[in-house]
Amino acid sequence: MTRIRVVVTGLGATTPLGGDVPSTWEALLAGKSGVRLLPEEMLTSVNVKFAATIAVEPAEVMKPVEIRRLDRSEQFGLIAAREAWADAGSPEVDHERLGVVVASGIGGVTTMLEQYDILRDKGARLVSPHTVPMLMPNGPAANIGLEFKAQAGVHTPVSACASGAEAIGYAMEMIRSGRADIVIAGGVEAAVHELPMAGFAAMKALSTRNDDPTRASRPYDKDRDGFVLGEGGGIVILESLEHAQARGATIYCELAGQGLTSDGYHIAAPDPSGSGVTRAVKFALRDSGVDLSEVVHLNAHATSTPAGDVAEANALTAALGEHMSHVAVSATKSMTGHLLGGAGAIESVFVVLALKHRLAPPTINIENLDDAVKVDVVRDVPRKLPAGPIAAINDSFGFGGHNVVLIFKSYE
Amino acid sequence: MALTQDEVLAGIRDIVVEVAGIDGAQVSMEKKFADDLEVDSLSMVEVIVACEEKFSVKIPDDEVTKMATVSDAVTFIVANS
Repeated sequence: MTRIRVVVTGLGATTPLGGDVPSTWEALLAGKSGVRLLPEEMLTSVNVKFAATIAVEPAEVMKPVEIRRLDRSEQFGLIAAREAWADAGSPEVDHERLGVVVASGIGGVTTMLEQYDILRDKGARLVSPHTVPMLMPNGPAANIGLEFKAQAGVHTPVSACASGAEAIGYAMEMIRSGRADIVIAGGVEAAVHELPMAGFAAMKALSTRNDDPTRASRPYDKDRDGFVLGEGGGIVILESLEHAQARGATIYCELAGQGLTSDGYHIAAPDPSGSGVTRAVKFALRDSGVDLSEVVHLNAHATSTPAGDVAEANALTAALGEHMSHVAVSATKSMTGHLLGGAGAIESVFVVLALKHRLAPPTINIENLDDAVKVDVVRDVPRKLPAGPIAAINDSFGFGGHNVVLIFKSYE
Repeated sequence: MALTQDEVLAGIRDIVVEVAGIDGAQVSMEKKFADDLEVDSLSMVEVIVACEEKFSVKIPDDEVTKMATVSDAVTFIVANS
């Protein structure tokens, strides 16, 4: 029996670079930073004064009642899903064959904290009855499922900063296993609040470059000092090739395979041997059936932490060997910041667009490339990708030792 | 001093507009919260708490379950304010 092939037929996003996919992609190619100083009233004592906040506030594009009843992460999810669904041609579907797999790393943390403030200051009677539906991590997936009447299954894999990529891989498996013909998949995050920031800061994970925020996220640079928290989300519409062809859909590319492993090493630190990452890349290559020679681009996890970027680059080289020198590596968190549970999703959107436009987006803010980084980094300006059949990798890792590798390939 | 029916209706109208995001002109006495005004069971809790705050009344849970229409709520609040 031949395996069901899965293709991408729609894209949606709301990010620190733009309120939709076209504006985000344009800013990404232009090498713009989405990092901004936060309003003083948002912060009291945390020693990080900036984040990559959303470019277009949800209130500009949603009804007031949606803003009231939905956590910010749910708002991002619906905005991106609506764009992706329209981009896919708003297909007529059998709702029992429509699924949703949308992740969040942290869930509705701002709702939880705001409602706690109400509980403490005014008492339980004034805590919103929407609190639980707003703070649950499956809230974004559930609300998208409601809007599009998805009845094949609504799921939320949670694996910290690998969540968005894991969701897309899970969605692919839903289609491969015959549970669904079409799945709305991706990830979101809305955790720009002082408490999560203080937590990450306590781990020494965040950049503290307060005097130069737009240049703080600098993957692979010698002086990188941590990641920059971002918010937003990305959504892809995945569809069986047969279903997409039957309705005459425009196909961006194929989602060819995935590799999943775990480190079993440390709750937050990357395994310096990188063996979990290396194995995940190899599994993904095997699962995808892609020939190594076709892999021309990789959107790296590269968060701009001192330990993570080099460990990842070495693990990729271990997995791809000599071919790694032929892979154009982009670290787009240099512009978007780190969207946590949204990262693997928005970066999948970027990989799909890179294959479509044959352009690898740039990595900004590298003033002095770290000598330990041996991969071919696309710096400052986009780089053309070759014609013909090509493939690209998106890798994502999460606290807990989660490794997720997705491989997309061009569809002709 | 007791509130008038018109005062309570105007107050509920403001609350429903905020909670359910609908046009205030739709909020009239005969309308059903759930079927006509997009006030589901969760949002009804918000409406009731907001009414209790605004009109300084206590609305017991067993009364809430009987409040299908705007008129039901207005009648209870006028009688108990």
